[in-house]
Amino acid sequence: MNFGFTEEQNLLRDQVERFMQDTCPMPRVRELSNTGGFDEALWKQIGELGWLGLLIPEAYGGLGLKWIDQVVVLEAAATGLCPLPIASHALASTAILACASDAQKSRWLPAMASGEAVCTLGLYDDANWIDPSAITASAKASGEGYVLGGTKPFVNDASNADYLLLAVHGPEGLALAAVGKEEVRITPQPTMDSTKPMASVDLEGVHISADSLVPMTQEQLSYLTDCGALAVTAEMVGAGEAILNLTSDYAKQRIQFGKPIGQYQGVKHRLADMYVDLESYRSLCYFAGWCADDDPQELARAVSLAKGYASDAFNQIGIDGVGLHGAIGFTAEYDAQLFLKRSKWARPMFGDSDFHLNRVASLGGL
Amino acid sequence: MDFDYTAEENAFREEVRKFISENLPPKKERDKNFLNTWLEKVRAKGWVGFSWPKEFGGSAGGLIEQTILREEMALAKAPPLGTSMMGLAWVGPGIMEYGTEEQKRKFIPDILDSKVTWCTGYSEPNHGSDLAAIQCKAELHGDNYVVNGQKIWTTGAPWSQWIILLTRTQFDVESKHDGITCLLVPMDAPGVEVRPIENMAGDKHFAEIFFTDVQVPVENRLGAEGDGWKVTVSALANERSSIGEVTQMFAKLENLKELVKVTYKQGKPAQEDPSVRRKVAQFEMKIAAMKYNGLRYLTKQIKGEPLTSETSVNKLHRASLEIEMDDFAVELTGQAGLQLRGGDAAVDGGSWSKSALNWPNVVIGGGTPNIQRNIIAERLLGMPKD
Repeated sequence: MNFGFTEEQNLLRDQVERFMQDTCPMPRVRELSNTGGFDEALWKQIGELGWLGLLIPEAYGGLGLKWIDQVVVLEAAATGLCPLPIASHALASTAILACASDAQKSRWLPAMASGEAVCTLGLYDDANWIDPSAITASAKASGEGYVLGGTKPFVNDASNADYLLLAVHGPEGLALAAVGKEEVRITPQPTMDSTKPMASVDLEGVHISADSLVPMTQEQLSYLTDCGALAVTAEMVGAGEAILNLTSDYAKQRIQFGKPIGQYQGVKHRLADMYVDLESYRSLCYFAGWCADDDPQELARAVSLAKGYASDAFNQIGIDGVGLHGAIGFTAEYDAQLFLKRSKWARPMFGDSDFHLNRVASLGGL
Repeated sequence: MDFDYTAEENAFREEVRKFISENLPPKKERDKNFLNTWLEKVRAKGWVGFSWPKEFGGSAGGLIEQTILREEMALAKAPPLGTSMMGLAWVGPGIMEYGTEEQKRKFIPDILDSKVTWCTGYSEPNHGSDLAAIQCKAELHGDNYVVNGQKIWTTGAPWSQWIILLTRTQFDVESKHDGITCLLVPMDAPGVEVRPIENMAGDKHFAEIFFTDVQVPVENRLGAEGDGWKVTVSALANERSSIGEVTQMFAKLENLKELVKVTYKQGKPAQEDPSVRRKVAQFEMKIAAMKYNGLRYLTKQIKGEPLTSETSVNKLHRASLEIEMDDFAVELTGQAGLQLRGGDAAVDGGSWSKSALNWPNVVIGGGTPNIQRNIIAERLLGMPKD
């Protein structure tokens, strides 16, 4: 029985947090997100540090670690609202590892492990529906390969990816179509959170070769959705901690009516509730992270408990983080509002709390 | 990260299960001697005061074994391991830490053997959450303290033989935390008068206690004069793993789900109602959070890092769950849910309606939720004190 992290995992967390503070601090995050830009130098640097190939086996040039290690990186990166597509890249790696043939793995994984090829994963085409039926894009047999149809309206990090893995209904059932950025029409979409670029991807009439279609079972789709929800929850842990720290520090310094506002119970009790929620979805997230590799049978329930908690709790933490600051929290130049925006982004991603809590009820026998 | 147990730990779990299967008959088959026999047997096993040092009659059990023991006992819905809940929870640990050799010899064995039940004299009519402001007076006259004052809402007072009593021995102090002295007082001492108070559930679990010129020999003082606050805080900090509680709450959740499955709302099965499903899932979510919070804190303890105020997190969850789960069951079952035991339509023998009136036992007893929030904000987030 040991529900703690190893020395190596703690070092990794420190390393990523330091990277965010020193190399990708908040002013840089703002610059990048304002231009929808992508910092190739930063990406190359974290590729060299091994963070982009954590999940990829050593045989393909990765580190061969587990999702719990990926959780450590995503959490730490989100303390600084890292705009780099680390989560999307990890999910694309997971998709290849779960669904692709050995030949496809050999072809794609080495470039993904180094970060040389930036990748993302696009699953559902309905705005708020986690179900195979919510995939409307298609692949039809055409000559030696396939012709794609439809649009993927909500693909994370599409504008910055070299390769996209996109869920489609193929001739033999669900599949992932692997396409290069040049082959499709990618249109960035403005959203509430500019640190998480979103784009629509038009696939209509795009031809792909036979070996660019990766069959995917419903179970695999479900597993990838769970990993997506896990990744987003890990980021909610890091971002939640950061906004709680920012707000606590402010409450200690801001004087009103002759006292620091953190001395008033109206403020300190709200901060305590934020702490309780953060610690709780943190624990659920770590357990889900462990399940991903060590108890996959339990993953669905564990992820739904974690994301079901975090989606609404982090949303409230974002609101209270801004609200407790008063007008300064509402100010564009101040960072608190960026965390509120992240909480809006994270809430529906890979299933909102209604979806996850309903699944908890079903798995629990109701 | 690793959720497996070692071979020794699994063997211990098996031992506990075997003991339970051999010694815990179904409720209907238990005769009136059952509880005494049970208490003797668990005592003989060394499971009462399991974590206490061997020199005091404990078993020096490790943290994981304690967890396993609590978990299995809770799963089996076994009776408690001793009748002196407070004696085992903090009076005993307090005496082991601050008591004289004679106090240890005199009090510890009786707590372990369930011969003596303790209550805790903290709250006063004017001082509950602001505990350090207590006024119950103790004056040293020769070899005796003379106690005058009042305690109130003292849980277990109607049936306890001893009380651990916070008194004020000095009034002219700079800080209210100074000048407090802890005394160990027999409830049958002349001048102690107990008046039970009925609670909203109709039970008489707590009482007000009047002390009029009660003579307490100085050898019954726990810790030095004026050190009572330190003794209290460190006794209460004798935090335990909340795993046993979590197991009980999971069991309660299962009962609640069973109720949901057989209940109709507006003519339709309640389990199909999205708001019912969401609510039940949220209970599971919070109980699971308590479980994994508890395991994280347990891991910290095993690594030798002291627990500070983190346990307030689970106390707040427990407080809200204690209120909300019964409340939900009562609301779900409509007018039948209102009926108490004996009512023709009473739900599950009136157990939900009964416990929906009993939550303050847990929610207020160990420090109100707002006190827990103060603890978290001040000690973990560094907010200035009120």
